[in-house]
Amino acid sequence: MTMTRSREILEMIRMAFTAVRSHVLRSSLTILGVFVGVFSIIAVMTGIRVLQNNLETAMSGLGANTFQFQRFPAISFDDGDFEKYRRRKRFFVADMKRLREKATFAQAISANSQFGVGEASSRYGRTNPNIPGMAITSEGFSTQNWTVGDGRAFSETDDDSGRRVCILGADLADKLFPRGSPVGETVKFQGVPYNVIGVLVRRGSLFGQSRDNFIAVPLGTALRLYGQNLSLAIQVQAADRATYNEVMEQARGAMRALRRVEPGEDDDFEVVSNESAVGQFRSLTSAIRLGAAAISSIALIAAGIGIMNIMLVSVTERTREIGIRRAIGARKRSVMIQFVAEAVLLSEVGGVLGVIVGILFGNLLCFLVSAPPVIPLDWAGIGLGICSAVGIVFGTYPAWKAANLDPIDSLRYE
Amino acid sequence: MPLIQIENLARRYVMGSETVHALRGVSLSIERGEYLAIMGPSGSGKSTLMNLLGCLDTPSEGVYQLNGKNVAKMGDNELADIRNREIGFVFQSFNLLARSDALHNVELPLIYAGLPPKERRERARTALVNVGLGERLHHRPNELSGGQRQRVAIARALVNRPSIILADEPTGNLDSKTGVEILGLFEELSRRGNTIIVVTHEEDVAQHARRVIRIRDGLIAADEINRDQRAVTGGAAAAAGGFAPPIIA
Repeated sequence: MTMTRSREILEMIRMAFTAVRSHVLRSSLTILGVFVGVFSIIAVMTGIRVLQNNLETAMSGLGANTFQFQRFPAISFDDGDFEKYRRRKRFFVADMKRLREKATFAQAISANSQFGVGEASSRYGRTNPNIPGMAITSEGFSTQNWTVGDGRAFSETDDDSGRRVCILGADLADKLFPRGSPVGETVKFQGVPYNVIGVLVRRGSLFGQSRDNFIAVPLGTALRLYGQNLSLAIQVQAADRATYNEVMEQARGAMRALRRVEPGEDDDFEVVSNESAVGQFRSLTSAIRLGAAAISSIALIAAGIGIMNIMLVSVTERTREIGIRRAIGARKRSVMIQFVAEAVLLSEVGGVLGVIVGILFGNLLCFLVSAPPVIPLDWAGIGLGICSAVGIVFGTYPAWKAANLDPIDSLRYE
Repeated sequence: MPLIQIENLARRYVMGSETVHALRGVSLSIERGEYLAIMGPSGSGKSTLMNLLGCLDTPSEGVYQLNGKNVAKMGDNELADIRNREIGFVFQSFNLLARSDALHNVELPLIYAGLPPKERRERARTALVNVGLGERLHHRPNELSGGQRQRVAIARALVNRPSIILADEPTGNLDSKTGVEILGLFEELSRRGNTIIVVTHEEDVAQHARRVIRIRDGLIAADEINRDQRAVTGGAAAAAGGFAPPIIA
């Protein structure tokens, strides 16, 4: 019996195909509505996922189990709050030193600062004056996930004694030293000569911006050259996942005490981690998601009404066919299945096209941010599921009408 | 036991405030293998009787035993199944699916019977070959002549090996020559043991049946054996249509 039923349903689907094919223009227009609805949601969701993946890779900018204290939030689109962040107290090197004393659970505490932007030059060439100069402590390699490919990292001595040494991002190294290793060579940055001791492994780009085009010097060196009042960001690394929360609690408490934040007041600093940045990105994009969902819901409802309309026309046109089918033994249910199958088919064709084109379109963002493409299978599934639902919801009434036509009258219908 | 046993069958329609008595109590018994014509002018109730016999409609009163089952009390699904298995319809206007070829049209009842595709196709092909359309399997109705269309319809009516073939003015849309061809086919089917009921208002058509029932004002006015039954001989049919004698179970 089950065999018979599933075979029957299969047969109805086949008939549905024939029916849909026999009205190409009409079917295409109906399909177009569903296509737009599914396309909009899939394109937006794919795009957001591309950005999110990119951000996650980018956030490996912080090392494992590391968080960072800074004045500004990782992502902010709200200009109104900018003043509030700008008025916050800066982090100085003294803060880092005191934090090191108090945050005893932490495995490593480092600090970095972008101390300037300028021209870098070697005996082979020079750059535009747009190269960021970073200052970091020797612990910064671990907390920022920096890997030295060629040469060595900064030592504590480099930092403490303020040696004029530097490490280059891979792009900058390529630019200044087109041939051979830069290690041992001299680079001038903002007029100050540094001895190159290492080159970092390439990290790729984020949102279309190279993350390998910079020069790094020891923090101690930068402090001597530019004064003790460099504004820092401070990184804290826990030994492992298990102690992460404790370390965070302790360090945060210590930071509040250092900055004299009264109990009950909000932090006057941001704690950023890879997870928090991704979370923040999610909450910022939730408005976009919601908007896309709203637009596509409206489009799908409109498309559903289109399907219902076309199915009602189709039922009227095919009254006689329905009569014939009933006369030769189709049960009401069979007729019903046939017409629902047709509605679902119309909807699903639009859905499949919408998913395919939506994914392609959403992945156009890949070129913009130079990130790998994504195929959001979950959203593809949801999209197709919604299409089936649209077909069933809006196809049921016409199908019910078809199934309940009187066979005698239908056979006489002209 | 007769194939069809009808007792006091009545059908009323309520139209607004009026009740129309289309059938006022008809009793009838039809044996297996009969070739029967139901005649009557329009409005006589013959169409109503046909719809009841064909299980497209249920009576307001009375008993209709088909193959020993009381069809009068059946629900919609059971009636659909009875129509599928027991009754083969042949209509005046052929009533084929315009978008489907001959083979698929003939297959259709087997689809609703739940037969597997291969068996379905085989039986539909055989049925079409038996009505002389072996060369026209993949023609659509609009690519066939009227007579050929009606033969497709007859193949469709036969393909489920029904107990009754119920033909409603089967020659009404055909020229007289083609009409004779179709009647010849019915004769052949009758000779092979099929039960055939032809509903018509044409005396000529009715004269081919062995028994003629005349309906007037919702009642049976006459029920007589046709003593000089006309025959389209095998030879004449062959000359007219050129089809091989059908072999139908």
